[in-house]
Amino acid sequence: MIWNQEAECMPLKEKEELQLNLLKKVVERAYENVPYYKNLFDNLKLKPDDIKSLKDIEKLPFTTKSDLRDAYPFGMFAVPEEEIIEVHTSSGTTGKPTVSGYTLKDLKIWGEVMGRALTMAGAGKKDKIQNCYGYGLFTGGLGVHYGTQAIGATVIPISAGNTQRQIEIMEDFKTSIITCTPSYALYLAEVLEKNGVDIKNLNLKAGVFGAEMWTEEMRKTIEKRLNISALNIYGLTEIIGPGVAQECEEKNGLHIFEDHFYPEIIDPNTKETLGEGERGELVLTTLTRDGMPILRFRTKDITSLRKEKCGCGRTIVRMERITGRTDDMLKIRGVIVFPSQIERALLKIEGLEPQYQIIVTRPGHLDELEVQVEASSNLFSDEVKHVEEVKKKIESRIHNEIGLRVNVTLVEPESLPRSEGKAIRVLDKRDFS
Amino acid sequence: MKLKQISIFLENKEGRLKKAINILSQSHINIRALSIADTSEFGILRLIVHDSEKAQKKLEEKKFVVKVNEVIAVEVPDQPGGLDSILEILYDSKINVEYLYAFVEKNEDKAIVVIKTENIDDGINALENKNIRLMSSEDVNLI
Repeated sequence: MIWNQEAECMPLKEKEELQLNLLKKVVERAYENVPYYKNLFDNLKLKPDDIKSLKDIEKLPFTTKSDLRDAYPFGMFAVPEEEIIEVHTSSGTTGKPTVSGYTLKDLKIWGEVMGRALTMAGAGKKDKIQNCYGYGLFTGGLGVHYGTQAIGATVIPISAGNTQRQIEIMEDFKTSIITCTPSYALYLAEVLEKNGVDIKNLNLKAGVFGAEMWTEEMRKTIEKRLNISALNIYGLTEIIGPGVAQECEEKNGLHIFEDHFYPEIIDPNTKETLGEGERGELVLTTLTRDGMPILRFRTKDITSLRKEKCGCGRTIVRMERITGRTDDMLKIRGVIVFPSQIERALLKIEGLEPQYQIIVTRPGHLDELEVQVEASSNLFSDEVKHVEEVKKKIESRIHNEIGLRVNVTLVEPESLPRSEGKAIRVLDKRDFS
Repeated sequence: MKLKQISIFLENKEGRLKKAINILSQSHINIRALSIADTSEFGILRLIVHDSEKAQKKLEEKKFVVKVNEVIAVEVPDQPGGLDSILEILYDSKINVEYLYAFVEKNEDKAIVVIKTENIDDGINALENKNIRLMSSEDVNLI
């Protein structure tokens, strides 16, 4: 099902004309109304008029998270504060959070793109969407909320937490679609199984999962355990929240709503713009937001773009699943490692609960990687040698995946932290000072 | 002629052994025999209890990883040479012993040796062929 046929299936030429038009307008808007951009442009002797083609976007400087932090709280707004009717923040884990501001029109845009996303996941008027994303300053909760209202489905604004109640509601209200982080979906599956609930008796058909990175293997696990189609949603607070891109049933990339968000891929080191199919850092420009236009925002997410028409009928560009961030990247003994690689290795082992934590230390001069994995009765035995075999098997699989020897420690079930939001998979205890 | 044994995974963390034992005592489960295999990273606590099912249920409720498997129980006279003769039978039949432990019976001059062989049925056959009496769970409980 396609929510906005015209926008999502636009022919290339028409799309590029539209994008250029909108780009010119947003650059002008940013220049005229946001002192930060005006100063930046003036220093570089740039003018909005310099944008004559889509390629001219490369003339513009990038905006980074650090720039947004410096503008805290409301320095990036392009309208008088009273016209901002809603604010959200990103989870400022290091330093000040970044603020996102929305005018009434911006909220409608958010509802529109989220409506497209939910429709792509199979949602319609008759669906009951259980929204377990946190409501509050986090954009997840309200993003799904507005999207659900835009398409006329029923939102169950349960937010995160209280898993027993989540399950009760799911059964009693006959939830058909669930929205939450993939790690929470896995936790729900765990609890449903423990409670002896027959998954086939639930009315669930699909899940829209995001706000954290997850692997194809994790998708297969969730789909099997919850008996649903598990689809990926992408977004970021600085751009709008969830709703920048959504995966369709082809499960072959996420469609970016490029009539609202213009994507580019750059080499994170040279900053050079890369071509179709090349992997690099995703850069996004808001084309239609009034309250807070953002030009060439460096997301730090690593992906690639594909332009050919999708099997679902949509022509809008697809980005591949994010498998790493430029800053998620761990360097262990000189080798680049992404936590998703370890997740992939673990999920290939039958009977293993994908509950894990990666601990990086440097006890002497060399980095050590410890992967803590929760024991389960499938992997346990009365004989030490069998348990050690399991441990070695896991170590060997991880080694195959990342090329490094790691130490696997089996820990007791449910001893690793569960999260309702983003799961913290890596504890880097190295002291880099 | 097999006995049920429960094995419990213990992380090398403070108090895990005590916690497991405490759960059993709180549930009024009596431990007849016990053995711990320890490595540098974890331990496996093996127990012979009166009611393995109940023990497993109670432990799993408290998030312990538990496995129940079968072992052989042999009665030997509580004097030098008792164990030796049993092991000789097994070694002669080329049966590998994975582990064993023993406990003494209260009312008799006997010891019960709990043995895990690589293949339980082979172990049972080898011992029965030499007329060694194997204990069943009833035998162990009644004594």
